[in-house]
Formats: sequence, C-alpha cells, structure tokens
Amino acid sequence: MQFESFTEFLHMGGYAVWVWWSFVGTLACFALLAFEAVMRRKTLVSEARKHAARAERILQARQARKQQKAAH
Amino acid sequence: MWRWLHPYAKPEATFHLVQKLLPWFLVPGIVLSVLGLVWGLAFAPPDYQQGESYRIIFVHVPAAMWSMGFYVAMAAAGLLALVWQIRTAELALLAIAPVGAVLTFISLFTGALWGQPMWGTWWVWDARLTAQLILLFLYLGVMALYVAFEDERAGAKAASILALVGVINIPIIHYSVYWWNTLHQQSTVTRAITRLEAPSIAPEMLYPLLVNIVAMMLISAVLVMLRLNNEILRREIHRPWALKYLGIAVSTPAATTGKE
Amino acid sequence: MTDQLTQAQAETQAQAETQAPIATGATTAGTAAVTTAVTKTRQSQRVVSSRKVFQQIIRRDLRVAMRQRSDLLNPLIFLLIVITLFPLGVGPGPDILGRIAAGVIWVSALLSAMLGLERIFRDDFRDGALEQMLLLPVAVELSVLAKIVVHWLLTAVPVLLITPLLALLLNLPVQAWGVLWLTLLIGTPILSAAGAIGVALTVSLNKGGALLSLLLLPLLVPLLIFATAAVEATLAGVSPAGPLALIGAFSVLSVTLAPLAVKAGLRVSVN
Repeated sequence: MQFESFTEFLHMGGYAVWVWWSFVGTLACFALLAFEAVMRRKTLVSEARKHAARAERILQARQARKQQKAAH
Repeated sequence: MWRWLHPYAKPEATFHLVQKLLPWFLVPGIVLSVLGLVWGLAFAPPDYQQGESYRIIFVHVPAAMWSMGFYVAMAAAGLLALVWQIRTAELALLAIAPVGAVLTFISLFTGALWGQPMWGTWWVWDARLTAQLILLFLYLGVMALYVAFEDERAGAKAASILALVGVINIPIIHYSVYWWNTLHQQSTVTRAITRLEAPSIAPEMLYPLLVNIVAMMLISAVLVMLRLNNEILRREIHRPWALKYLGIAVSTPAATTGKE
Repeated sequence: MTDQLTQAQAETQAQAETQAPIATGATTAGTAAVTTAVTKTRQSQRVVSSRKVFQQIIRRDLRVAMRQRSDLLNPLIFLLIVITLFPLGVGPGPDILGRIAAGVIWVSALLSAMLGLERIFRDDFRDGALEQMLLLPVAVELSVLAKIVVHWLLTAVPVLLITPLLALLLNLPVQAWGVLWLTLLIGTPILSAAGAIGVALTVSLNKGGALLSLLLLPLLVPLLIFATAAVEATLAGVSPAGPLALIGAFSVLSVTLAPLAVKAGLRVSVN
C-alpha cells in the first residue's frame, strides 16, 4: 500500500481531480456501452415475445372461428 | 482451419459459440480489472517525476493500445465479409466499430486529463494524440458510412471497404504524423512529453499495467460479443432457433388444438 | 441521358470491331488460326481492346465535362475565395502569410477538391452509364483508372495553372514556388485516386457530400503533411527531396491500388 490513509488515497497527492475523473470517465464509457447492449437485448426479447403472442392470438382467433363455423 | 471456421458463417452457430465463450471473457475480465485497478491505484509506487498523476497510465495506455488493435480486428472482419461474403463478419464489423471508437475516445479523454496537470494544457499537437484523433475520425467514418446506407448489407460492404482502405493507411498516417511532429519546431510542452516517454518503465509499474492491458482487452471483447449477439438476434429473432433459445413458445396449429 | 447511352453503345460497337484474342498469349498480329479458333470458341464473349476503352472513356468524359463548364469553374473560384479570406482572417503581415502559405494553399486545395469530387461517378450513376461501364468486357480497374485520369485533368490541371497566382497572393517566397508546384503536381493524383474510392462508396447515397469529407480527409493527412513539409524544407534551405519522394511513392501506390477499392465500392453502390 502506497498510501497512509484513505483520505490520502482519495487525495492522490494533489492530483485527485485528474486521476479520479479519468478513471470514472473510463468506467462510465464502458458502463454506458454495457448498459446499451443489455437494454438492447431486453427490448429485442420483449419485442419477440409480443410478436409471438400476437401470432398466437391470431392463430387462436382463427381456430375459434373455424370451430364456430363447424358448430353451425 | 477452414473446416473449423466455416460453420460460424452461420449466425446461429456464432451466436451459440459467443454465448458459450462469454463467461470465459467476462469473469477473468472483471477479476483482472479489479485487480489491475486496485494494484495500479493503491499499490504501485508513485512516479518520481509525476507523482500520483501518472496513475492515469493504467487506463490511458490500454485504451490507446486496443483502440488500434480493435481497428485491425474490424478490418479483418471487413476482409472476411468482403472476400468470403460471410454474413457474421459484417455483423462483427458493426459490433466492433463503436467499441473501438469508445476506446479511442477514452485514450483521448484520459490523455487530455493527464496533459492538463503535467503540461498545463488539455491538448498538444503531439504525434500520438494527433494520430489518435485521426483514428477516431476513421472509426466515425466507418460507422457513418454504414448508417448512411438504407440497405444494411450494402452498408456493411461499403464500411468493410473503408475499413480496409483505412488499415492500409494507418501505418502511413502514423509515420507521417510522427515525422511531422519531429520536423516542426516543437514547443517545450511537446518536447516534455516526448522526453517523458523515453525512460523505461519500472517493473512495479509494468506488471499492473500489463494486468490492466489484458483486463481492458477482455472487457472490450465482452462488449463486442454482447453487441454482436444483439445484432445476430435482431436479424434472426423470428427464426425458430432464436425463439427456442429465448424460451418463447411458438405454437404450431397442431399444438393449439391439443391444448384446447 | 439518351445521348450518353447511345454513346456508350457506340463505344461498345467500336470496341467490338477491334476484337483481339485474350489470355491465349497470342498477339493481335499472331497467327490467324489461333485467332479464329479463339473467336469461334468464344463467339459470345468477344474481347475488346482495353486501350481503346481507356481512350474512349477519357474522350467521352472530357467531352461531357466541356458541356458543363461551370462545374469545373466553381471549385476553382472557391479555392481563390478561400485563399483571399485567409489574409483577411489572420492579418496581412507578409511574414505570417509567407509562413502559412503552403499549408493554406494545400488545405484550400483539399477542400475545393471535395466540392467537385462527386462528379467522378455521380452523373454516370444517375443515367446508368456506370452500370454499362461495369459491364464492359474489360477490366473494370482500367475504366476506373480512366475516370481518375479524367478527374485529374479536369480539376488538378486548372489548380496547377493558378498556383503561381495563389502563391503570389499569399506572399510565398519565390524560391519555394517550384517546390509547391511540384507537390501539387505529384500530390493531386492521390486526391483524385482516393477521392474516387470515397465517391464510389457514397455515390448511391442521397446526401453523400458531408460524409465524403469525413471519409476522405483523414486518409489525406499524410499528403498534407508531406506536401507542406517539402515547401517548408525549401524555405529553410534544406533539400525537399525526401518528402517529395514520399509523395511520389504515395502517388504511385494510390493510383495503382485505388482502382481495386473503387471497383469493390462501385459493385456495392451499383448493385
């Protein structure tokens, strides 16, 4: 450990602003990319679900109509 | 090798491979990132000239290295897409470009943050910085060209060609920028930078740097893989294999009648 | 449009008359037996003389360009105006102007080249002549090279002609005029060749203009650097041979390799 205390670690020998901002910025960039990818995946899956459900509904409606016709 | 590689021209196979590989990149990536950051930030000794500010090196150098590496990877994907017409390679190019651009941006951003306390300016027309800026433009060009096409496959092909032209040009750009930098009357600021680069790095600083370099590669690769699989899913989402993978039950007419 | 189409047809006819045997290695003056054998087996795919196509394209494009002279003049006027604006912007001190002259002239030349660049393929793309060109039974690279040559003749030569005027306006010391002119002479083929790649990629897009500069200007950085370096070397009393040789190398490299990329780009755009 190069630092005596935690405050000293945060202080970074007077360069706190530069050091911490560059690390935070980098992390933020990566987090943004990861977040975007995960959200994208979620919307894709939910859209696929909706699409599948809609297809199912159409199918069922069609079937119901067929059964009605058969009953008549 | 081709027999091994060929199945992955099919997006489905690539998707499953990437899905399988993902944890093998993600877990070591996170472990090494944490290790590298803690080591670099807390345990590596301060620089005798720059004090604690040099710790920016642990994100700056990996980002700069991989910004170049991912461009080459992107161009390789472009070559595969153009010559062998591999669909997956087109998607890979599309997945790599934004990640590479972000890496380039990080290297510029941290470079500016490093330059300010060290040399008193945010930006100097140093060879490395300038070359990096041009690399960012190249990435942006590839992405902009892809987006500009209405037909996605045509866009991917055009972007591949541009990436290949760029990869031939990158060494030329780099050497010319270096040459331009040495030729011009350097400001003291710029000279200070070039001088600081000269001393070889001490092993106590080198090892955490290497850890960070590997970690950033793994994390960036994970991001590329996530994007690649998203792109594959976007195109194949209504295919049976994708629906099966996502656990979405699709009823065939026979299945519905059985249920009722 | 019909004019150009019929012209293209006339071209193919003219080329068909001068059919020569291919790959067999026989020359035009070679044995008649070989020639007839080849033409018999390849009756459907007659081979035309590449040189003839090259000349035809150059002649045709020059003629078309001469019909729309304002298109040629506009980039030149733009160049002159930009050069005029610089002293107004940075101040008329002859020492400042002389120092930045080479850079300013080159940057303005790059920008003005971007203006008229689309013309390489745009009109041909719109009226379908580009498709015809890709279908010609000769190497596409050759036709592309002809296009590049025409573009160079139409845009670079006028710039070369007014360079002394630009140098005069910007107070460039006289001893550097020759080198500046040389850099433009051997550097502009790179502009035309790299420009052809960019246009080939963007010609099918509606708003390719701004995109074109984003794609091309980063690739042209080495050209700018070495061109201005050559002039500066002369001004400093050093031999400019090094940068000049490098520009020459890029020039040869880009003119020989660019047609390959252009061909691939056109295939994507025409589709």
